[in-house]
Amino acid sequence: MSSMEALAIPVALQTKLRAEHVNMVFRRDGKETSVLRDINLDVGDGEFLCLLGPSGCGKSTLLNTMAGFLSPTSGQITVDGEAVRGPDPRRIFVFQERGVFPWLTVEGNIEFGLFKLPREERERRVAHYIQMVGLKGFEKSYPPELSGGMKQRLEVARALAVNPDMLLLDEPFGALDSITRLIMRGELLRIWQAERKTIIFVTHDIDEAVQLADRVVVMSARPAHIQEIVTIDIPHPRDISSPRYLELRDGIFKQIGLAHKI
Amino acid sequence: MNSLVEPRKWERLFWPLFVSALLLGAWHYCVVWTATKIFPSPLEVERGMAQLFHENVLWRDIYDSLRRVAVGFGAAAALGIPLGLTLGWYPAADQVVNPVMQILRPISPIAWIPVAIIFFGVGDHAAVFLIFLGAFFPIVVACIDGVSNVPSVYRRAGRNFGLAPWQLLTRVVFPASLPQIIVGLRIALGIAWLVVVAAEMIAVDSGLGYLIIDSRNSGKRYDLVVAAMLLIGLIGLALDVAFRRLEKLKSVRWGFRNEA
Repeated sequence: MSSMEALAIPVALQTKLRAEHVNMVFRRDGKETSVLRDINLDVGDGEFLCLLGPSGCGKSTLLNTMAGFLSPTSGQITVDGEAVRGPDPRRIFVFQERGVFPWLTVEGNIEFGLFKLPREERERRVAHYIQMVGLKGFEKSYPPELSGGMKQRLEVARALAVNPDMLLLDEPFGALDSITRLIMRGELLRIWQAERKTIIFVTHDIDEAVQLADRVVVMSARPAHIQEIVTIDIPHPRDISSPRYLELRDGIFKQIGLAHKI
Repeated sequence: MNSLVEPRKWERLFWPLFVSALLLGAWHYCVVWTATKIFPSPLEVERGMAQLFHENVLWRDIYDSLRRVAVGFGAAAALGIPLGLTLGWYPAADQVVNPVMQILRPISPIAWIPVAIIFFGVGDHAAVFLIFLGAFFPIVVACIDGVSNVPSVYRRAGRNFGLAPWQLLTRVVFPASLPQIIVGLRIALGIAWLVVVAAEMIAVDSGLGYLIIDSRNSGKRYDLVVAAMLLIGLIGLALDVAFRRLEKLKSVRWGFRNEA
């Protein structure tokens, strides 16, 4: 079994991000709430990892600590062996489409993080990523004129334009309708295969996790700890009616404690 | 009528004009029926206004009033916006300054008139100072609220892309709070236009406010008083309409509800 898994993952995985004994306790009104409990995790370079768990379990908190927006109560997170001390343009956090700046055009948004680069390079990257996410013809549009899916693609383009090593996506497709969501998953996989970034993707959607990820980290209810890590050994493009897909999906359903019946 | 139906073009022009005509008619007949010798009819006011324009004093008065508003409002914006942004940015500083501001803010600029005259004497400076006071606080408060209402996702995104604090303020926080700042400026301009008339009645001898008080004092010319009042209303409307155009700019339009 384990030899088969190794075959299915095409990249030789070097550790990109490592979480060691990460604990998080929030203190509010004199009450302590434990949100993360002893998280230990290695994420490979170029890997597509999904953090899966019920709403409010703390998976977003974990992603925020990886981004450097929060620091863990104890334990530490390292990227390339270097401790995370704050947000960094080498790892860009993608919110739901709410994160795009409504006062800037599509071009202005993508250019936002490129202020240190010379003008020609900025223009080249803006043109490249507008093309890549399929927003050609909308360069001068403002976000309120775009659909939800377009705004989401814009935010991904803005993130990719600064050439980060890592993308941290927090339920990025959560606010989209189910058809757009499916299309966006395909788009994200296409972009990931073209750019080979490390992607950490938070979701509460089991199908989404099994369709996208190399590995799915199943997290428990609060305080979140890692319940199981499931390797999805199906090459892309994935046949979502294949026996192996269904087997893996059902395995996760059971792991979370849901009978697979309604 | 269905409230979702867009009114037709001619209707949008016709009904407001119709209501104005109705009011003018009511005014006219009230004057006729009560046979008042003091209060002027619309026609007398119109003649009074024509006389003012002919005597060329009116342009001078309008210019003086607008100039005072421009200087007072301009100074309030120039000082109020940076102060408001700073206080919004550093909540600790806001907590220190806030009590003083909350006490000063409800004091009508009219109440400052005696103090203004002690500071600046009777003259232009006192009037401009009063306008400044009237406009300053709404601008500061709008900026503080604007900054503290910036969604945290925008700040985080800005920090994520490696912006220094100063860049975060100019490239994220300021544009994100601009719609609210513009609303504050518009309110402040309306107040400035209210205050200039009051200030001119006491502190100076030119401007539309002075025209009103002067017309009354020199021979009870109520036709000129009402003419000046109407002009004040019309110019105030023109200022507001002009300012509203700013809200249509694409980089702030997202912040106004009906323009999403």
